[in-house]
Amino acid sequence: MMPLLRHQSVFFLIMRRMRPPFILLIAIIAISVMGLTLAPGVDENGKTAYLSFFHALYFISYTATTIGFGEIPYAFSDQQRLWVLVCIYLSVIGWAYTVGTVFALLADRNLQQAIRTQSFMRAVRNLREPFYLVCGFGETGRLICDALDRLGFRAVVIEQDETKVGEIELHGYHADIPALCADARNPENLKFAGLTHRSCIGVIALTNDDSANLAIAIAARLLAPKIPALCRAESAETAANMASFGTRHIINPFEKFSEYLALALHAPAAWHLLTWLTGVPGTTMERQRDPPHGEWILCGHGRFGRMLAHVLEREGVPLTIIDRNAPPSAPSARWVQGEGTGAPALEAAGVRRAAGIVAATANDVDNLSTVVTARELNPRLFVILRQNHFANNSLFEAFDYDVNVVPSRIIAHECLAILTTPLLVPFLEDMKRHNEDWCDRLLGRLTDRFGWRVPTVWSERINLSRAPALHRKLMKGATIELRALLKSPSNRDDELACEILLLRRDDDDHVLTPEGDTELRPGDELLLVGTAEAQREFSLLISNDHALVYVLTGTDLPGGWIWERLSRNRAARRETA
Amino acid sequence: MNLEKVIFGFFIVLAATLNFGFFVGEVDNAQHHDIYELFFAIVVSLIATVLKLGDRTQIGAVHLSTSLVADLQLIAAAMVWGYAAHISPDGVTPEMVARIVSLSGGALFANVVSVIILIAETIMQRR
Repeated sequence: MMPLLRHQSVFFLIMRRMRPPFILLIAIIAISVMGLTLAPGVDENGKTAYLSFFHALYFISYTATTIGFGEIPYAFSDQQRLWVLVCIYLSVIGWAYTVGTVFALLADRNLQQAIRTQSFMRAVRNLREPFYLVCGFGETGRLICDALDRLGFRAVVIEQDETKVGEIELHGYHADIPALCADARNPENLKFAGLTHRSCIGVIALTNDDSANLAIAIAARLLAPKIPALCRAESAETAANMASFGTRHIINPFEKFSEYLALALHAPAAWHLLTWLTGVPGTTMERQRDPPHGEWILCGHGRFGRMLAHVLEREGVPLTIIDRNAPPSAPSARWVQGEGTGAPALEAAGVRRAAGIVAATANDVDNLSTVVTARELNPRLFVILRQNHFANNSLFEAFDYDVNVVPSRIIAHECLAILTTPLLVPFLEDMKRHNEDWCDRLLGRLTDRFGWRVPTVWSERINLSRAPALHRKLMKGATIELRALLKSPSNRDDELACEILLLRRDDDDHVLTPEGDTELRPGDELLLVGTAEAQREFSLLISNDHALVYVLTGTDLPGGWIWERLSRNRAARRETA
Repeated sequence: MNLEKVIFGFFIVLAATLNFGFFVGEVDNAQHHDIYELFFAIVVSLIATVLKLGDRTQIGAVHLSTSLVADLQLIAAAMVWGYAAHISPDGVTPEMVARIVSLSGGALFANVVSVIILIAETIMQRR
């Protein structure tokens, strides 16, 4: 049971504010009614008569509400009319004050915020399906929410900027995304958003403020230690701090890209495989030019530039750095001080004989200007372009770059890979250890079969909840080979359009691209790649007895108790005969 | 001294006293029960109810409920009177007066509870 929260007091707040108008109304009506019973009137016989309370209240009720039926039960005397005149103006004041208070209350920002928070909390409390808590709805947050929505996961968003919260409502998501406009650094707000809810399956901290992400990571670690937290960290100190108290997934977009670039330089095929497998579902990849070996130029020696310089040096690439600032006392590479956007600095850095250039400053316009100038000087340059803001996308699309570094997209890919396919990360780690030929062959085989469109990559675990049919069969001692399983449940002569990339066993080492004759065991985990349709069919055949038996043996099981009974009898008769 | 407390106590006690004033007298004798007294008892009781709205404490909630009971009883009494005077063919008979007065007696009990709570609350927070 949650303690009584201050946001639950909306009703009391309204009640407290409505006290004065209510009292005024009661007083006005009481005075009017009393006056009316005291004012002498004349009945039809010309005798003095007084209005009873009943008639007086009736009259005041319809006069005060401006309905106005007329004078009852007899035409009023002048004394009565005089009093009614007073009553009319009194009641107008009373109603005007009450209605004014009600509207002021409705327009009150505090009250609106309280009402919104309350309905948000109700929506979160009533969530029965698993959901992710996304903190920060910037570019990355939007990409993640889009992808989660497409994959059929629910999300709950906390965002500080009101306009961005409004954007969520305008966005056409399949499932409603409850959003709260609040500071995610406040653990109370995280609790409102369902951090401690039993259906919460992950926290994703994506705000553009490292300290806020750190605060979220701490809150998640302490309040919901079992839930995985994915945190964005752009500085090494924050990342180290997060790691120190056991945040499981720390994503630094620049470090991630530097790793990718290192991979691309010494193992292009592995790099292609990685970008193909981790792309945003539904997009098409292109086979890019492999980054050439030769001299490289790096414009901008900031956070990102430093990491890249480190990686390029480790790969043994001769490097020239162009930066506005003077070089440090002992520069690790050749250093040209100047503006990378101008031809003189580029010439000085040797752009005409360079193989590649990285525009890595935090300014999009500078980056574009640099690479446009550089391309003019040397059209064969391999261009890596950092894009800071998604809003500049059309500018970047218009330029023919080789690699585009968009931090928000890198984070989104990484988050999705971790969340939806936990086996993908170990697979990629293993893949990097294999030689280039192996990666090239695998990439060739997979892209020949599935094309360059980003495939569906998913994990399955053979247990009772995910694969009841297959699990039962294996527990009964059946031997099932992988090859036998990858058949279409509608026609077993057709192969399923998917392949198994990784098989992991609790007691065993994991096997990359297992052979078709590998025997399955209960508890195995599989990483599969293929089409979305193949994913649906595969999950059908491992969970449905009929589909499984059909795929394995080719016979249709009889459905229903009577038919099962009959067929068992027939089989028994056949055996005895 | 807290002005809010003064007003609050004033209305609660006034509701009880008016109610009592209306209630005393022979139960079926219309001469002993003044309609204006009933009218003011209702008005003051309603104002006392509104004053208690929006109080979130436990004791505030009990206050509100006793007040609502008193309102309900008094309004019922007024409606019986209105029915007797204007709708029933016999007019305000002694039986009708007895009904009205006994209803107001119920309201009086609720008002007394209100006053007791008020006293208890005051004694609890002696400073």
